[in-house]
Amino acid sequence: MNGMAELPAWAALVTAILLVVGATMTLIGSLGLLRLNSFYERLHAPTLGTTLGTGCIALASMICFSALQTRPVLHEILIVVLVTVTTPVTLMILVRAALFRDRAESTSGVPGRDAT
Amino acid sequence: MSIALLIWSLALAQVFLALAMGAALLRILRGPRAQDRVVGLDTLYVNAMLLLLTFGIASGGTLYFEAALIIALLGFVGTVALAKFLLRGEVIE
Repeated sequence: MNGMAELPAWAALVTAILLVVGATMTLIGSLGLLRLNSFYERLHAPTLGTTLGTGCIALASMICFSALQTRPVLHEILIVVLVTVTTPVTLMILVRAALFRDRAESTSGVPGRDAT
Repeated sequence: MSIALLIWSLALAQVFLALAMGAALLRILRGPRAQDRVVGLDTLYVNAMLLLLTFGIASGGTLYFEAALIIALLGFVGTVALAKFLLRGEVIE
């Protein structure tokens, strides 16, 4: 907790709210990953953590360090951009793999039209 | 007053993120098929990265930020490699 005592009150308040909101969103997404029934439903849940959770926590970090050092500290934007860009790529490749495997084994409950 | 609030909310956020990591780990252990385990691994590394960011706010240094950035990069590469393996049976064609 070095240097946290000279953090202004508004910055501490905003950081606290953003941290709790982001962590709660991430927890909701992970619980959805645990509780939903089929694979194609489960895939939607953790994106709550990768968008809202990452955005809120990185914004909290940016506000906290900018107020501490009294200059804009914006390098957490790198993490936000990286996660926002890579998550759809990952999930699209994963869904293709899951569709390929389900169609190869002709499992029931596969969304979309049948493979030719 | 507000500093105490910040410290308590940091602790709360760390507990929530640890619980989220536990949920993702349960999905990895339980997941009926391989793609469920890969999605669990993807969620696990994102949650670990967010936990490192909250550690960085709590400690006030930039070291945790760099670790979180590296986890985000390498986790993406690992998940894509695993998904390619599920799709093709080999990683590099």
